Amino acid sequence: MGSGGVRDSAASVSRRDAWARRLPLLPAFIYVFLLTQIPFVLTIYYSFFSWNLLKEGSFKFAGLDNYTRLITNESIRTAILNTVVLTLAVIAISVVLGMAVAMLLNSEVWGKGFMRTLMIAPFLIMPTAGALIWKDTLLNPLFGLLPYLLSPFGLGRVDWVNRFPMATVVAVEVWRWTPFMMLIILAGLQSQNPEVLEAARVDGANPLQAFRRITLPLVRPFIELGALLGSLFVVQTYDSIFMLTYGGPGEDTTNVPFLLYLVAFQGYSIGQASAIGVVAVIITILVATFALRTLFSIFQVEARR
Amino acid sequence: MTTTQSTLRSKVLWSVVGWLVVFVFFFPVLWMWLEGLKTEQQAASSPPTIFFVPTLMQFQEVLSGDFPPFFINSAIASLVSTLLVLVLGLPAAYALAIRPVKRTQDVLFFFISTRFLPFAASLVPLYLLARDAHLLDNILALILIYTTINLPLGVWLLRSFLLEIPHDLFEAARVDGATFRHEILRIVVPLIAPGLAATSLTCLIFSWNEFFYAVNFTSSVAATAPIFLVSFISGRGLFYAKLAAAATLASLPVLLAGWIAQKQLIRGLTMGAVK
Repeated sequence: MGSGGVRDSAASVSRRDAWARRLPLLPAFIYVFLLTQIPFVLTIYYSFFSWNLLKEGSFKFAGLDNYTRLITNESIRTAILNTVVLTLAVIAISVVLGMAVAMLLNSEVWGKGFMRTLMIAPFLIMPTAGALIWKDTLLNPLFGLLPYLLSPFGLGRVDWVNRFPMATVVAVEVWRWTPFMMLIILAGLQSQNPEVLEAARVDGANPLQAFRRITLPLVRPFIELGALLGSLFVVQTYDSIFMLTYGGPGEDTTNVPFLLYLVAFQGYSIGQASAIGVVAVIITILVATFALRTLFSIFQVEARR
Repeated sequence: MTTTQSTLRSKVLWSVVGWLVVFVFFFPVLWMWLEGLKTEQQAASSPPTIFFVPTLMQFQEVLSGDFPPFFINSAIASLVSTLLVLVLGLPAAYALAIRPVKRTQDVLFFFISTRFLPFAASLVPLYLLARDAHLLDNILALILIYTTINLPLGVWLLRSFLLEIPHDLFEAARVDGATFRHEILRIVVPLIAPGLAATSLTCLIFSWNEFFYAVNFTSSVAATAPIFLVSFISGRGLFYAKLAAAATLASLPVLLAGWIAQKQLIRGLTMGAVK
């Protein structure tokens, strides 16, 4: 009897202790849960309805109509393709450039700190502001600086934004994301022991061998981290497209977020927009299950250090 | 002798290359500043004006015009949501770092997965909810959304800083009978001041520069700084210098904060993974 009572109170103490541990977590957890999971469930629900926000009483069950329309619709395929092209191009180019700049800033040069300070500016500038500066003051075919500078090479007065819309968006995003990659890779390079490189040089390794055998394996996790985080952001690119091309000309630069904007806020097709949302989530889950697991393992390794 | 000469030569060479590359990347920012200091005629000249007498006219015009309310809205949305992230995130990070709850890994995974859930997932219901609650064109809607976006990041980041505090400190405090509130305020906050700075900086960057929700959930009353810039898209006549001045002002808070807190920047952007 007595021992049972002790066990009871021990259980209730541990239960109380478990709640005491959980309690500080709950406000944040509930907040995020309410504002992300419930809307997501509603998105799935709305995706089975036909509903135009501007038409009173147009809310009616539509079954899989929104999804069949997505499969037959050219726009969504174009948007997915544009999203993939934009993300891959931006991440690949900015990782390579970021690596190069990081190596420059990690070598024996004058004014490293100041160079780094100036270098991170493109990432800090408001993306909408950066995009407009590029479009109106640098690339403008009439008054822009770049067409003027390129005119001696027979390339002058090119309307970059309209003639090469995707390349322009990629260029502006690369300008913005290279500093991000540079920062992460530079942190990796700085964790390198310079004596190891020195030893390799003494052993007769040429710079290229030293880079491939020693530096690259060391910074690989940092490159992976930068590429993963970067792609999760770049997939969602919206501001620079809105400012530079507004998805055009035609649908040439319409990615999934921009298509969603067009359907939801220009067409007010709530059901259709929700179906796009569901498809976007499925794609993200497919890609991110792999990406996030990798990311998670990187974090775990870091946390254990 | 020859070795020092060759190291010097390589240092000169790489410095020149490095500065050229940095100049290319920084140039659009510099050009934005310069354009903002021109008259409209100078900003829209062909060939472009390189040498000119700077004027603060455009800045005065932007600041005395309708820009300040946008800027103030940005400040309110960013600062209040950042504060909410700290208030909600710090206890949560504590529960995941100092006295870990069961399934800590799952909770952490949940948080980070919501950070990277596409906004497509919740956009339409959030819009309808905001409409029905009369929160469209209300700064409160942006505050709530920015808190949602930044809270997972805040929890991760603060946790990474909390993990660095020696465990003995908490044991000692608990032996002394410190309450939870006491522990947070007296031990945690002073020790993770850099963590709070990193979290605030990162939240500030993301909320200040946020555009998607701002442009679709506000129209006039609650519109933020990036929305002010949208008005230049359809600009007629001469507006480049004024645009550059407005872009400079809109970018200033994040640029300055990022430059001042460079040390915290990498850690914040990688949610604590890179120190």
